[in-house]
Amino acid sequence: MSQSGRFTGLKAVFKREFKGYFASPLGYIFIVIFLVASGWLTVSRDFGRFLELRQASLDPFFAHVPWLFVVLVPAVAMRLWAEERKSGTVELLFTLPVTLEASFLGKFLAGWCFLGFSLVLTWPLVWQVARLGSPDWGVLFAGYLACVLLAAAYLAVGMFFSAITKNQVVAFILGTAASVAFLLVGLPQTLETVGRYLGGYAEQVLLSLSLSDHFETLTRGLMELGSITFFIVFTGTWLVCGMLALDRVKAS
Amino acid sequence: MDELSTPEHDVEASGPADVQDTGEVLVDVRGLVKHYGPIRAVDGLDFTVRRGDVLGFMGPNGAGKTTAMRILTGFLEPDAGSVVMAGHDIATESLAARQKVGYLPENAPAYGEMTVSGFLEFVAEARGVVDVPSAIARVVASTGLQRVQHQTIDTLSKGFKRRVGLAQALIHDPEVLILDEPTDGLDPNQKAMVQDLIAKLSGDKCIILSTHILDEVERVCNRAMIINQGRILVDSTPAELVTRAPEHNVVRLTLAEDRPELPKALEERPWCDRVEVSKDGDGVSLAIHPKDGGNHLSEILELAADATLLSVEQREGRLDDVFRAVTQGVSQ
Repeated sequence: MSQSGRFTGLKAVFKREFKGYFASPLGYIFIVIFLVASGWLTVSRDFGRFLELRQASLDPFFAHVPWLFVVLVPAVAMRLWAEERKSGTVELLFTLPVTLEASFLGKFLAGWCFLGFSLVLTWPLVWQVARLGSPDWGVLFAGYLACVLLAAAYLAVGMFFSAITKNQVVAFILGTAASVAFLLVGLPQTLETVGRYLGGYAEQVLLSLSLSDHFETLTRGLMELGSITFFIVFTGTWLVCGMLALDRVKAS
Repeated sequence: MDELSTPEHDVEASGPADVQDTGEVLVDVRGLVKHYGPIRAVDGLDFTVRRGDVLGFMGPNGAGKTTAMRILTGFLEPDAGSVVMAGHDIATESLAARQKVGYLPENAPAYGEMTVSGFLEFVAEARGVVDVPSAIARVVASTGLQRVQHQTIDTLSKGFKRRVGLAQALIHDPEVLILDEPTDGLDPNQKAMVQDLIAKLSGDKCIILSTHILDEVERVCNRAMIINQGRILVDSTPAELVTRAPEHNVVRLTLAEDRPELPKALEERPWCDRVEVSKDGDGVSLAIHPKDGGNHLSEILELAADATLLSVEQREGRLDDVFRAVTQGVSQ
């Protein structure tokens, strides 16, 4: 064996999964929907403020990414374990010398790289902004970093729900619902209501758990360590919960 | 294991006496227990399998075969007991133990969107095979997959899918091969091909295969184990099992004319259990059942020497009958 330890088999799983996105229509459908929707929402007169703002920034794009990803990322995540369990390949996978951690992280990293690749394909927007003015490259970088971290967070949530059910539709619905919930807890209306009934402390707790709040912090160009750490801890927690859940239910 | 030592449960933990026990022990199973809620799916399995053995794992649906195989391959954790695969404990050295095993799960699951060679490449890489192209070429040739090597698995027939499952199980040339119903759903030609392959592989490996096809056990296995309700009922050789069939060594004579004294003479023999007489179109048939399952053909022919015999048939017995007798006896 050329590999050993906790992450034995990670490379093989990653490679298979990443190639898998391009071996089926799913990957291409995702990319096309994401690019068309994000491009249209960004530049369209009714939804985007791209042209009206007359600023060399991608704020309208970053404003829509959380709402696009909240539907599209669970669609990527829903099959990751549910399909393995339904088709029985989970039995094959876990009788190979591959650890649970390696297979879970291999799938996660492959999905994350695929989502990152989809974000790279939005380069024409960046090119257009650079052509029209002098963008703040730091803010642009922070905005893309926020998108990448948000994708990881949604993916980890989606993988957890994919691990606990064999039904991909159920995994998609639960993954989307949970992601929407973590997005909505940061909205002013939600915070106001919670603050009114449960007090300021509950409001602060909710705000600190809000994906949208941390995402907006980063897209404003503020590279706050707290927000970056939040995304890392949030993603890691859902991944660990997903692994524990999968370990319990994989053979059922 | 007390319950397994009763006369009707003819079991020896280290395997049957008439299987040569000279090979190295590759699979050592001790006191395996697994529950699904209140159901005891595996109930104290205890056996060893040696290099060169081909063990046929038989039992009715729900007997615990697949659960036992899943524990042996590390997919399920037992509630009690231990499994040692080629010197590695499946609980404490799981990766090393899994590396020694090739496994074909029930229904041969595979990633349908992948091509055959892509899938084999993935399994080879996950298993840390050094020379992946050579390993793929070897298993593709041995399982007859050349023609479909570049096809996606979803487009293959059931027979080819099963062969892909076998190919992935063999990709790292494992010492232990565990096959869960390897020929289920295959046509007779494909069955023969898979059985020939198993027979060819058996020399330097130990193979455990579960099957409902009892002819398959007779054809490829040198050891047969019948389990039911998670317990081993019989652990023997196929040849020995056949001798337990109710019809084993029953002699059927067809006489041209009725000879009432012959059944009487036969029934006076100490070895004779009973003689069944029936008349058919051609003559009179006698079915002579020995008490001990022994071979008394020559004595029978001596007694019938002055009769006109139209036909003589000595039955070997069928493994199906033994299987039914053993498993139904326990179920009831």
